[in-house]
Amino acid sequence: MHARATILPLTLDRLTYARGGETLIDGISATIGPSSRTVVLGPNGAGKSLLLRLCHGLIAPTNGAVRWAGADAFGRQDVARRQAMVFQRPVLLRRSALANITYALSLQGRLGRSERPARARDALASVGLAHVAERPARVLSGGEQQRLAIARAAALKPDVLFLDEPTASLDPGACRAIEDAIRAIDAAGTKIIMTTHDLGQARRLADEVLFLCRGRLMEHTPAGEFFERPRTPQAAAFLRGDIVG
Amino acid sequence: MQGFDEALAAAWRLIVTGDTALVEIAALSLKVSLTAVFCAALIGLPLGAALALARFPGRGAVIVVINALMGLPPVVAGLLVYLLLSRAGPLGPYGLLFTPTAMVIAQTLLVTPIIAALTRQVVADLWTEYSEQLTSLGAGRLRAVPTLLWDARFSLVTAILAGLGRAMAEVGAILVVGGNIDGVTRTMTTAIALETSKGDLPLALGLGIVLLVIVLVINAAAHLFGATARRAAG
Ligand SMILES: Nc1ncnc2c1ncn2[C@@H]1O[C@H](COP(=O)(O)OP(=O)(O)OP(=O)(O)O)[C@@H](O)[C@H]1O
Ligand SMILES: [Mg+2]
Repeated sequence: MHARATILPLTLDRLTYARGGETLIDGISATIGPSSRTVVLGPNGAGKSLLLRLCHGLIAPTNGAVRWAGADAFGRQDVARRQAMVFQRPVLLRRSALANITYALSLQGRLGRSERPARARDALASVGLAHVAERPARVLSGGEQQRLAIARAAALKPDVLFLDEPTASLDPGACRAIEDAIRAIDAAGTKIIMTTHDLGQARRLADEVLFLCRGRLMEHTPAGEFFERPRTPQAAAFLRGDIVG
Repeated sequence: MQGFDEALAAAWRLIVTGDTALVEIAALSLKVSLTAVFCAALIGLPLGAALALARFPGRGAVIVVINALMGLPPVVAGLLVYLLLSRAGPLGPYGLLFTPTAMVIAQTLLVTPIIAALTRQVVADLWTEYSEQLTSLGAGRLRAVPTLLWDARFSLVTAILAGLGRAMAEVGAILVVGGNIDGVTRTMTTAIALETSKGDLPLALGLGIVLLVIVLVINAAAHLFGATARRAAG
């Protein structure tokens, strides 16, 4: 299923990010393989978004390193092009929904100009937005914008897709549609690394869980094990719905 | 001195009869200022965007200078262009002094800093919002420039209008380099200055009214266009 060559696995080596004297990501070491959906869990402010941005190369670690196994084979620029991210607050460009996707495809430079609209329409259809293709992206509803951002990232068919709370502002029906879309993206060979606050969604989607608390990696375990027998009291409290800090 | 009513009535007659002198003067004014703003936008938009994104030593100083040049007195701009174009100046051989081209050059010099400074501000603000998203999509700073300019287009129309306002209103620069030659370089503002000092109030007033109306119409059109486009594009 994951036969094509990818830049994975991803290795985090004592990854640390400090800002203003505060250590926000604290010495995280982990290896994230290609063949499972990874869900990063943790309370507000645990460092989930920071971790994704560090992995994606948007911010530089103050200490430690992010290493992609394919870095040598593909080269630095291509490693960046083989990743995509959907932000917690996605930025859509002031042009049509379709043009947002064709713009991303043109930056990636894999598809010729004539092939881009078809790929973009497929991506829109996969998140149920085919009917708003020509509408300006900025007039779409919050949930539609979120889905457009996912479609834009998925259209790139990256090796790795980072999703930072992809369903935060969606109604239950749209949530299910996004979860199906995420499964389809995974099945098409893209590694999923995502965060969510919806524990039901985490149970449905996660193959493995990274549990963060105050910038530290508390657990890195298969999902079934994490939800049945959390190893740390913080994770147990988090799963019970207690405030963890 | 003529009464105000009389002057106004005479001015109105000049306007409604389409007085040739008045029409020619108004047309030249528009041509010069619009051309100057077009050139200034061509330079100022990319320059402002580059200043918003580029990191180089001395960048802060360049920004301060451009911001300060927004207040460049028109006569000083005129003087600089005069020295440049006068027979002994570096561009003297082209014989441009006292031509409409000289006026376009002087006004371009006046308007470029306004457009560049406002563009820099608008694009810098937009970049803080867009930088991670565009970086994630694979756009470097250079590739981001056209994207940011396009997404800032509604705010940039205002910057360009500010430049057009300055060009249409100024008299110092075009008077110095154009010379207010009848039928060649006479524009609305230079003519108003001349006719007022000569005491020909009807022509001065007529030109003043036309100038006001033109500026009003341009701004109203831009506002309506902007509001409609903004609503459509979100
Ligand atoms: N640029 C920054 N400067 C200072 N502190 C920052 C910066 N960016 C993030 N932080 C802090 O780092 C911590 C982790 O932030 P992060 O956004 O990663 O949390 P999160 O786990 O994604 O939370 P949420 O669930 O609310 O999205 C927070 O306390 C935040 O205030
Ligand atoms: Mg977050």
